[in-house]
Formats: sequence, structure tokens, C-alpha cells
Amino acid sequence: MGILKTFTLGGVHPEENKLSSNTPIEVMSLPDQAIVPLGQNLGAPSKPIVKKGDKVKTGQLIAEAGGFISANIHSPVSGTVLKIDNLIGMSGFRRPSIVINTDGDEWEENIDRSANLVTEISDSSQEIVEKIKQAGLVGMGGATFPTFVKLMPPPGKKADYLIVNGVECEPYLTADHRLMLEKGQEIVVGTKILMKALKADKAIIGIENNKPDAISHMAELTRNEKNITVIPLKVKYPQGGERQLIKSTLNREVPSGKLPIEVGCVVQNVGTVFAVYEAVQKNKPLFERVVTVTGKSVKKPSNFLTRIGTPISKLVEAAEGLPENTGKIIGGGPMMGKALASLDVPVVKGSSGILLMPDEESHRKPESPCIRCSKCTQVCPMGLEPFLLARVSKVGKFDLAENEKIMDCIECGSCQYTCPANIPLLDYLRLGKSKVGNIIRNRKK
Amino acid sequence: MDNIIIISIVALGGIGLLSAVVLYFIKSKFKVFEDPRIDEVEEALPSANCGSCGFPGCRSFAETVVKSAKDNKSIEGLFCPVGGNDVMQNVGKIVGLEVEKTEPLIAVIRCNGTHTNSPGKIQYEGATSCAFTHALFTGEGGCQYGCLGHGDCVDACDFDAIHMNPETGLPVVNDKCTACGACVEACPRDIIELRKKGPKDRRIFVSCVNKEKGGPAKKNCSVACIGCGKCEKVCNFDAITITSFLAYIDFQKCTLCRKCVEVCPTSAIWEVNFKPRKPKPLKPEGSVERNPVPVKKPVTTTDQAKIDKVKVDSKTEENKKHNS
Amino acid sequence: MTMFTISGSPHVHGDESTKKLMYGVVYAMLPAMLVSIYYFGFNAVRVLILAVASSLFFEWLIQKYLIKGPVTITDGSALVTGILLAFNVPTNFPGWMVIVGALVAIGVAKMSFGGLGKNVFNPALVARVFLLISFPVQMTSWPKPVPISKGFMVDVITGPTPLGFMKEGLGAGQTVSQLQAQLPGYVDYLLGQMGGSMGEVSAIALILGGIYMLWRKIITWEIPVSILVTVFVFSGILWLINPEMYVDPVFELLTGGLLLGAFFMATDMVTSPMTRGGQLLFGFGIGLLTILIRIWGAYPEGVSFAILLMNAAVPLINRAFKPRRFGAKPGVVINK
Repeated sequence: MGILKTFTLGGVHPEENKLSSNTPIEVMSLPDQAIVPLGQNLGAPSKPIVKKGDKVKTGQLIAEAGGFISANIHSPVSGTVLKIDNLIGMSGFRRPSIVINTDGDEWEENIDRSANLVTEISDSSQEIVEKIKQAGLVGMGGATFPTFVKLMPPPGKKADYLIVNGVECEPYLTADHRLMLEKGQEIVVGTKILMKALKADKAIIGIENNKPDAISHMAELTRNEKNITVIPLKVKYPQGGERQLIKSTLNREVPSGKLPIEVGCVVQNVGTVFAVYEAVQKNKPLFERVVTVTGKSVKKPSNFLTRIGTPISKLVEAAEGLPENTGKIIGGGPMMGKALASLDVPVVKGSSGILLMPDEESHRKPESPCIRCSKCTQVCPMGLEPFLLARVSKVGKFDLAENEKIMDCIECGSCQYTCPANIPLLDYLRLGKSKVGNIIRNRKK
Repeated sequence: MDNIIIISIVALGGIGLLSAVVLYFIKSKFKVFEDPRIDEVEEALPSANCGSCGFPGCRSFAETVVKSAKDNKSIEGLFCPVGGNDVMQNVGKIVGLEVEKTEPLIAVIRCNGTHTNSPGKIQYEGATSCAFTHALFTGEGGCQYGCLGHGDCVDACDFDAIHMNPETGLPVVNDKCTACGACVEACPRDIIELRKKGPKDRRIFVSCVNKEKGGPAKKNCSVACIGCGKCEKVCNFDAITITSFLAYIDFQKCTLCRKCVEVCPTSAIWEVNFKPRKPKPLKPEGSVERNPVPVKKPVTTTDQAKIDKVKVDSKTEENKKHNS
Repeated sequence: MTMFTISGSPHVHGDESTKKLMYGVVYAMLPAMLVSIYYFGFNAVRVLILAVASSLFFEWLIQKYLIKGPVTITDGSALVTGILLAFNVPTNFPGWMVIVGALVAIGVAKMSFGGLGKNVFNPALVARVFLLISFPVQMTSWPKPVPISKGFMVDVITGPTPLGFMKEGLGAGQTVSQLQAQLPGYVDYLLGQMGGSMGEVSAIALILGGIYMLWRKIITWEIPVSILVTVFVFSGILWLINPEMYVDPVFELLTGGLLLGAFFMATDMVTSPMTRGGQLLFGFGIGLLTILIRIWGAYPEGVSFAILLMNAAVPLINRAFKPRRFGAKPGVVINK
């Protein structure tokens, strides 16, 4: 195979713990009540178009995009709308959500439920983008950026490469891995659809080297495709970050403060690409996704195909129950996931996994003084100095933080992972970023 | 040898004398004329340089005052919260203008989510910064509007006027408060408000900023304001308004009649420094924490020592809690 | 069921800890310690124990009673300072002076700046320089090495270090080859049979320790390599110009506290720069200053002063040398 491609600046090697990589995707049964939050994407929350008492079908539009950077939301079940109320979501805060009492699983008529692979792409580029917009697709890697916006580059900018992100660098998560193994053909068609939408000539599928079966499977499927290449990548966190991925595969560095389109690339998560296939070829909007339920004490680590709005407690039950010694519930992976206060939150479009951490591993070690070892600087993939940024954010020198490029931080957590003194670097970095972000917004006004 | 000593003394002394003369002439030639009243006003100010007047430092405030007095013949709008009315009267005398007396203000903590009223449902570990935890999760008690207890307000105070009480997990404001507004800025949940100190230090306010409906609000905290409206109905002075399930008492209109305090079903309205009334029927046990007995005197040295001890204990408590 | 915990991400942590780093340095110093005990016997043990015990004691005393904060003597940093202090003094140094040295190292150089992580100067070197200036006689009478096979507690015969001998001789007008004939050979420098402090003697033991630390990623190659290369190159140039007036570079590398300084003192994380470029400049500066002091300065040994002087420049170096930012250079820009 030769030397594997990777990014050169920084990176760490957390334990991979891919406990569920050999577990096939299981279809989760419908919840009795679906709680669909209205804020499931980056940007403006969606506006509901149903009200209490309305009957809805699976796949029916129940909320419209609330702005340009926003997405439609479709009902994950069929039944009756119970209420639109403020309920606890993944964020930990009460946010407006639509609650639907499930009654069967009647789908919208125009959705093609057949299992056959549709390879011909009959829609034009504009039609594809419109279908993606109507289907409410967002980035499924966790960032939940509305997909159609990415497919509409600003005038004067063109993408020559589409990069499919099959890296899944977060430990424990295996949803993308299983999706590539089981729905590989659909993903290839989805890739071609996106290439047509972007008018990009070439596509790359980047997969980390700890998924050799996925690499060989996708390579086999794209053997006859001249324009799609599968590139195996060295296992290093955060390989899945879009800037690091572009650097590894194409050796192009996205300039600081700009988007990947500046270097002619658009990056899409492999789950998003699959959803694109379903939306364009089968008219199926986004209302379900694969969620990994995992953890060292979990009896049956699994990958579930779940409807949006299913409470996480149902998923945990299906993985044979909440382990006794659970100390932390994490929505996502251990490096960038969000700790949750309870299991009564619903699955949303960006939920890639639920990690149940045993109590022994759930606590932070005591903080000690910074010994200026510069290990945080050595591992930062963006070339920043976390020790400095955290310190100035803590004392409030936000202009200095801005000059030292705190806004470039991708919040990957490599610095805090490495720090020998257990300093909560990312906590202060996030604080600094939010304050500097506010200052910048106020300046523009 | 003597020669050397004499020569050294004469030479160095001569240089010193020459420098003194030159410097004197330079000082007189390049002297900048400044209104002498600026110095006088600056003298009268407390020299805290805290910025709560809105100007960078006491000198800048003094310059603005004198300029405004000269140009506009009035210093309306210019007020030093730290010095208060006394200092502003002196400043007014210096520039020869009348200064209106303003009501003294004090910082008020509008949350009573103590560890008993709002018991912890989850344990937090990480940076002790309210600004950070505010965005991370609701708070250990579960109320997303309630005090987080990490002390950004304590860190912001320049006057040693606010300290964390480790037993309740809430900050406490003492008499040193100058209403400069630093803690109000620092609190990410807008829990602290500057309100009138009131006659004899008495004030009434709603000790809650929870905007949720009654059910979820009470689930997290037993003394939350549920927006039932009883206080609004009983107020004869139109001082209370209810918005988003939260009552607010306008301190300009409030006459301290105490009727609202009696009718509040969750004891969310606080009366501070009043004489205790006749005992009332008991509220559900364990859930009510009434405000403390009236404090009749200003803080003495023993009180100060207690507060200092609370400050030190709370810091080590905080360190212990968050480092375990 | 216990209450769940909530915190910001990341929720996992790597293996690194301050304690592991510090104790790693201690293990790296073991070969040098053993060699010193072999050559200097009981005195080496005495100085080591005194230096370590008093460093730990003073740190405990200051943290508990002066600062009234948490006591952290088990984190290994005072232990490292104590051992390095012992490495910097002659083994026949009076005990009470060792204790004074420990007080200066911990109390003045470390604690008064704010404790671990906040000191500007390397504590062991501050103590060494303090002792050198306060007790110049005792600090410059170096015992001759006596292998342990000849006895553990022998009387100490003192003499100059090779560097000291060379400097004095050159100053008196003798040539390098005349002087080198009277000194032990390179093999002795490598193994440790030469006069000097505990940390100066065995080059191999120190190099072994250095390799161990590089392998464990406790230190990085930039500082030791830049120091040694700079010293080698500069002394090499001088030696090529006049081999009878200037000693050859290998001699410069193997004698004196250069190896100790390059691997253990200059690489102290708290007092060295944070970025690669900064570290290379730091090492270059130390190497240059060492040669300047050794050849034209008043002292025969210049490493301690060189390191302390460069420590003072570190905050400026940190401001000047920033890491390479990702995306700073446009590189390939398809779209303008």
C-alpha cells in the first residue's frame, strides 16, 4: 500500500474502541411518541406548519426552513400532532419541538419504498439541488449545515473536487462504517449525483485505515469509475475534520477564515451522501439515520437505523439496557460529543451516536499548573497555541485572543486530550471563541 | 585624594544644578494650561478608576465634568456611582452647579435556587466560569435561567462587595456595593439587577428570572416564579407586570406595601430588611427558604470577617468540588 | 444509580501527566547517579540525599505555611530540582551549603515566582550560580574520582576539572598539546573518570539518559542538538584556526557541564521556548554564549550562565516565534 496519506500538523491517537464495527445495522421500531425539535441544523430554526390535532404521514413536511441557512423538517412517523412545546433537546435546554403521537407508519405516496438500486440520474443539476433542499438534508457528520447551501457556491467560485468523508475518526462511532459496507452502491450513486450538482469532475472517498473492509468494498465498487477514487488515510484524530481531510487527500490548505470552496472542494459526510441518494432517486426526505449505541459496559453495542424524534432511552433499551455503572451519557463521540443530562432527549438529524461511559472514566482528573511543555501546541491541527489562547480567554483579553487566531480553532479537543496538567483548555477556548465571535458580530453591525 | 573629592562634589553638584535650571525652564515653557478645577474635581472623586461612570478613569470623568460645566452649564447625566450623592454634591460645588440627588442603587441577586430549593440533578466538572457553563448546560439544579454558582460576578467586583455563599451556592451582596454594574455585566443569565436600595435599606423584588411555564419551572426549583399573576392582581400601585410567566416589580413604582409578598404561592418574592410579621400557615416543608432576619446595622468588622471567611471557604470549597 | 456527570468535551484523556514526565526525567538521571556513586562513593550519596531531602522539605514548608495552599511535593518537580542541584556541586561540598542551595533553588528561584510553571530561570542553575558566587572556594575544589573498588569512603583529594586545568594552563602560556598530555583521555571523559561535579563526569551516562527522554517524548531533539552542534561548530572553527591555542571540539563537548546542561537543564520545559524555531534559536544562543564564556570569559565553565541568560530571553523568543498556522499560506487557490 505504500505510505498512507495524512495531514502533517498536529493530531493525537486516542483509543479506537470500535466495538460495534462488526454489528450490522438494525432497524429500530417506531417510538410511541416522536419529539421533533425545530432546531436541528446550524442556522435559523425551522418554522412549524402543522398545529395541534393535525394528522400527519411519515415523510410529510411539518416545518419549513426559517431562513436562508435553514432546513425543512419532515415527520418521522404517521399519527397526530399532540402539541408544539418547549422540551429538552440534545442541547440540554428546552427548545420548541413538535410532539407527535404515533399511529402506524403510513408514508407519503410519492416516496419510492422499493429496494431496487436506481443508478440513472435523470434530474438536472438545479433539480438535484432543489430536491436536496426540499428534502431537508443537513450534514450528517454532526455539524448539520444545510446541504443545499454547500451545493450553491458563491458566484465566481467552482468546485473541481467532491470529497466524501468516510473517515469517522471519532473513537467508538461506527455508523458511517456500516453504512459504507451495507449501502455502498447507493453511496456511489449519491456521489455521482453530487458531482453532477456541483459540476465537479472528480470525487474522492476518504476512509481511515482502521476500516479495511470498507476500503476494499468501496474500492471494488468504484473500480470502473474513472472519476471516483478511494483513498485510505492514516489513522489519526482529527482526520475527519474537513480542512485536515482536504489537506491529506489533495494537499491543499483551506485559508484561515475561509471555506473549502476557496480551494475548489466541497466535503460531504458519507451519511449525507446516502441521504442525497434517497432524496433524489427515491423522493425520500430526511427523517431517519443510523445511530451507534456503544460503550465499554454496554451489553450489545449496536448500530440502529432510527427515526428522528425517537427518545434515546428506547435505543439504550434495545442495546440491552443502561449499564449499572454509567457515569456519563455522551451524544456523539468522546472527543467532540456533548454530555447529556438525561436519556429523555430525542434523536436529531446530527446524532451520530450515543456513548455510555462507565463511571471510572467519566471524571476529570484534578487540574495542576501549566508546566509549559508545549504538547498542546505540538498536537493542535490548526497550528494554534492552546495554552496561550486558554489563558487569555480566562482573563478576558479577547483582542489578543482574536489576533492569535482563536477563531481558527475547530474545537477538536486534541489539546485538552494531551495536556499533562489536565487543564480544561477546550472549555476556555470555547469561552474565548464565543466572546470573540460576539465582538466580531457587534463590530460588523 | 582630597582634590578628587572636592572635584567630584563640584562637578556632580554643578551638573545637578544645571539640570534643575534647564528642567525648570522647559517645564514653564511647555506648560499645558489646564483648568485647575479638573484637579479639584479629581481630588473629590473616590479614585477607584472602576469605569462605572462610563469614562476611562476618574481623571477622564473630572475632565468631562469640567468641560460640560463650561460648555453646557450643566453636568446632568454625569454621575459617579461609587462616590454617590455626597461626592456629586462636592463636585457640583466645585464647578458651581446644582446637582440633583439620585436614589442610591444596589446590586440585587434575583435567584433563590439554593441547593435545597433546586437540588442538584447532575454533577458538573470543568472550568469554573459561568460564561462557559451557561452555554454548556442548564445548571446543576436543572433550571436553565438559574444561577450557576461559579462566581463570574465575584471575580468582576472591584469593591469586595459580592461573595459566594458555599451553603446555598448563590452570591451574596454586602454593603460595600457601589452599584457600578460590573457584576450585572458579568452574569451571563442577567440574574443581577441594580435596584433602589430603599429607605432603611428595605426593598422588595421577585427573586426569580425563570421564563418557563409553571410546571417545568417548579419541577426544577420549588421557589420559582410560575407567573400565576396573584401579585399583579393585588398590587394597588401598578408596579408589577407579568411577561412570559415571570413577574417583575418596577422599583420606581413600588411603595413597599408588602402585599405581593404575602400572596406569592411559591415564596418567589423577597422582602429584605423588614420587621418579621406574625407567623403564617406553614408552606410545604423543606421547600421554603425565607430571607434572613432584618439587618439593622451596617456591616461591622466581625461581620466582615465572617464574609471574608465565607469568601475563602467558598474558594477552597470550589477548588475541592471541581478538582475532585 | 450515581448522578450523571456533565462536562465539556473531550471526555477522554491521554496517558500524559506531569508526574509521569517528572519521574521520567528522574529515571533518565539514574545512569549518571550510579556512575557518580561509583566514582565518588559515600560523598555522592550524601550530597544527593541532602539536596533531595532539603528541596522537598522547603517546598513542603513554603506551600503549607507560607502560601497556605495545596501541597504538591509528590509531583516530582522538587525531586528533579534536588537531583540536578546535587549534580551541580562538588561531592565534597559542606552539607549546610547544600541545604542553602536547596533553599535558593526552591524558595527563591521557584516559589517566589509563583510555583510550578511560573519560574523564569532554571532553579537548579540559579542555586548553582548563587553558590558559586557566595562560596567560590568550596564550589571550585573538585574531588578526584576514586572507583568504588578502591573503597567507598575514602579521603577526598581535590584538583581542577579538565576545563579548569586547560584554561589556567592556556592563560599561563602553555599550548594545548602540552596540557592535554597531562589530562585523562577521551575514554575517561566518556566513562566518567575525571574531576568535576557529579553531573559532569560520565558523558555516556548522560547521553543514555538523553536518549531515554527522547524516546519517551519527554524532551524533543531541537534544544540538545542545537546546543551541541553550535558548540561543536564554533569551537571547531577556532580549533582549525589555531589548534595550539584552542582545544578541539570533542574535548569541548565531553568536558564540563555541557552534556548535562544540553539534555537536562536547558530542556526544562518551564524555562524553555514553546515552538521549534524558538527552541533552535535558544539552543544556538546557549551554545554561542558557552563558547564565549569558556574561551574569553573569566570562568572556565560557561554553560550555567549561558542557560540563565537565554532563560531571560525566552518570553521574547515566545513572542517572536509562533507555530506554523494551518491555512496561513494560501497554497493552491483555485478560486480567487
